This record gives sequence, structure tokens and C-alpha cells, in this order.
Amino acid sequence: MDFAFLYETLLTILPGVPLTLKLAVGSALLGLVLALILALMRLSGVKPLEWVARLYVFVLRGTPLLVQIFLIYYGLGQFPAVRHSLLWPFLREPVWCAVLALTLNTAAYGSEIIRGGLLSIPGGQIEAARACGMSRFLLFRRIVLPLAIRQALPAYGNEFISMVKATSLASIITLMEITGLAAKLISETYRAIEVFIVAGAIYLAINFVLTRIILFAEYRLTPHLRERPGGVPSIDDRLDPAAAAAEGLPGGKVH
Amino acid sequence: MNRPGFIELMGFGEHGWGATMLHAALITLAVAICGFLVGAVIGVFAAWAKVQGGPVLRRIADAYTTVLRGIPDLLVIYLFYFGGSSVLSTLGHLFGQSGFIGIPGFLAGALAVGVASGAHHTEVFRGAYAAVPKGEIEAAMAIGMSRPLRFRRIIAPLTLRTAIPALGNVWQLVLKESALVSVTGVVELLRQAQIGSGSTRQPFDFFLAAGILYLVISTISGWIMSRAERHYSRGMRRA
Repeated sequence: MDFAFLYETLLTILPGVPLTLKLAVGSALLGLVLALILALMRLSGVKPLEWVARLYVFVLRGTPLLVQIFLIYYGLGQFPAVRHSLLWPFLREPVWCAVLALTLNTAAYGSEIIRGGLLSIPGGQIEAARACGMSRFLLFRRIVLPLAIRQALPAYGNEFISMVKATSLASIITLMEITGLAAKLISETYRAIEVFIVAGAIYLAINFVLTRIILFAEYRLTPHLRERPGGVPSIDDRLDPAAAAAEGLPGGKVH
Repeated sequence: MNRPGFIELMGFGEHGWGATMLHAALITLAVAICGFLVGAVIGVFAAWAKVQGGPVLRRIADAYTTVLRGIPDLLVIYLFYFGGSSVLSTLGHLFGQSGFIGIPGFLAGALAVGVASGAHHTEVFRGAYAAVPKGEIEAAMAIGMSRPLRFRRIIAPLTLRTAIPALGNVWQLVLKESALVSVTGVVELLRQAQIGSGSTRQPFDFFLAAGILYLVISTISGWIMSRAERHYSRGMRRA
């Protein structure tokens, strides 16, 4: 293994990290807002809104992301109306096209996750909030949204990770993020394996950190599942043989 | 300049691209099916390593699924396309061939898609195997079935039955991933759309047509998958 070359490669590719992160964070946040809107449309009970959201999810999930990127980056310029519109300075730039495509794409997947989270809220909670006289908005803000976020977070975490992976497609429309720099380096040096190792390690590191952040958020959002400090061991601990042995308690799960 | 409309452009007339696009859709299907099968084979072995393998095999399988789910598939395709060519060239040198030997894009693409989707396959097979009632396997042992027979008659059918819905999801992923193979120059649906839009200057129409064809393929295959699921779960009771 040629460590000098690996180091060189690392130095060449690292400048691409900020762009990858910008693309991922920007489109994940915008996508989250759009996903919430879509999920609410799906559950609004208004037929036309419901159908629009359904069609959106069907189309965006049924076609490859690369097709969507090309449709926005190359396709929209075909229409003179678009070229003469106020949006053209944005749609001409590959960065904005990539953000737009990634946002629209992740919103489709995200809306289904959020919809699942919203559907998982026990009816009793909503009835209780109504019985307290909460307004629709207050009920949504205080009861529905926090519970839905808690429920949807693990699945949405996976979506964030696939967003980081999806930003690599931006390299195909000339953006020099991690994969773009890696591909350039491969075509210059023809040392695909070494470059792959370095670029892959960078992606793994990003996703590792992201996973930790999501786990931490999950931990913060589920205080009711944590053990009380210094309290009575919960029933789960008693079912866990290792914890039971540590506590000197009888029991343990029968396998 | 008078531009032909979408219907005319994608039609089957003299200047229509309909037949070309349909042919490209078949290539996409071929890439996706090959990639899916490669992934399934890898998935079976990796799942077996995770369930029954020793500590070393299990570590390798765990590392494989962790790494492949953490890095972009596009990177894997580049690795196989460029890496495969340099490996082939080196092998060529050993056998007295001089110069560059390129790996065919189709082969590199199908292998890369297979290796990338193998990580998903692994988890699907592992989960489905865990759902096989242990009593079934014990019963098979009790009547003296040999290992291969047990696998063929009991484990494989029961695992596949539970795995069908999840395999359907993996197939949809693979189908969409196959679009990335266009970077290797294989003239599949997306590459054909790029070629078409280059020569007619109507990129929107071509990418729209490609998108519609992807939707058609994924809808039809989704329908087939749900039929298969219903067919193979005839003997199961719905809770």
C-alpha cells in the first residue's frame, strides 16, 4: 500500500467535504419542510390535496434521482419561458439544480416517514388534548408534532444518511464535491482502488458522525424509556440477564 | 426552428425515437436484473455468514454491509469500472498483452450494482431466515433430512416467502440504481435519453420520456411482486 499516495489523495479530496455537507444539509432541511407539508396534505382529508400528494410521492419515488437531476439541470433550459424568467439565474447554476432535485426527492421519501409518524399517534392523546380545550394549532404543536417526530426519527435518520450518499450524484452535473474530486483523480491517475478507499472512508466518517447525532437526538427525545437515576431497576433490566446478574437479581430472559 | 412535439418525438415514425428508447429500456431491465441476481447471491452468502458463520466470517459480513450502506453507489460503480480496467490491464501484462484493457461497462455496472445492493439483500435474507419457525427446522432434522435437503426443501422456500415484500423494495432500489450505470457508457435508458437530447436539443422531452419509462417498469414490477406475494403466501394465515 502506497501511503504517500493515499495521503496525497486525502488532501485532494478533503476540499470537497464542505460542498457535500452543504448540499446534504441544505436539501435535507428544505426537504423536511416540504415533506411535512406533503404529509399534512396526504392526511388533510381534502381529496384533491390528497391526490396531489399521492401523485407526487408516486412519481418522485418511482424515478431515479439522476433522471430528476437531469430533468431540472438540462431539461428546464429547453423552455424559453424558463430562460427568461427571474428564476433562471438560479436554475442555470448546477448547485441550485442539485439542491432543488435532492430536496424534491427526499421530500417524497420523507413525507411517507412523517405520515407514518403522524398515523402512529394514539387517538386518546388527541382526544385528551381536545378535551383540555387546546386549539388545533396548539394541539398540533404540543401533542402531535413532538410525538410524531419521536416516532419518525429513526426512519428519518436513515433518510438523512441516504441524502449524504445521494449528494454524490451532484458530481455528474459538474459539481466538485467528494465524488467529483474522486472521479477526477481516478481519471487522472487510474488508481481507482486507492482513491475509492479514501473517498469511501470520508463518506463513512460523515455517516458515522451523523448516526451518532441521530442516536443522541433519539436519546434526548425518549426520556421515558431511560432508567431513572438511582431508582428501582425497571422491568426491562430484570429481563436482561446481564443486567440482572450485575444487580444480583434473579431472572433473565429465557432463550 | 420548428420543434416536433413530445408525441411525435417519442413516436415510432421516421423521426421518432420510440423504438430506440424502448430498446434502451430493455437494456436498463437487463442491467437491473443482472445486478439484482448478483446482489441476491452475495446476500445469501453474507446472510449465511452472519447467521451461521464463525466470528471471522461474521465480522467480514458485518463490515461489508456497514461499508456498503455508508458509501454512495456511484463510488462503487467508479471503483468497478476504473478499478476493473486496471486489474484487467495488469493481468494482461502478465500474459504478455501490452496496453490498456477496458472492462465492458455492462459487466462493471451489473457487478457494482450487485455488490451495492448485496448489502440490502443480506439484511433481507437474515431477517427472513430469523422469521422461519425453529420447529420447522427441528422437524426436518428429526425426520433425518440432510443439510442440503433441509436447505432446499424447508429453509429456502420458507425464507423466500417472508422475504418477497422486502425483496420487492430492493428490486425497486436496484432499478433506480441502474440509472447510475449510464456513467460507464452503457446505452441504457438514461444514457439513451442523454444521446437523444444531445442530437435534438430537446432534453426535457427525453428525460421526461425516460422518467415515464422508469415509472412504467417500476409499476409493472411492483404489481408482479404483489401477485407473487399473494401466490406464495397462500398457505399462510393472515393474523
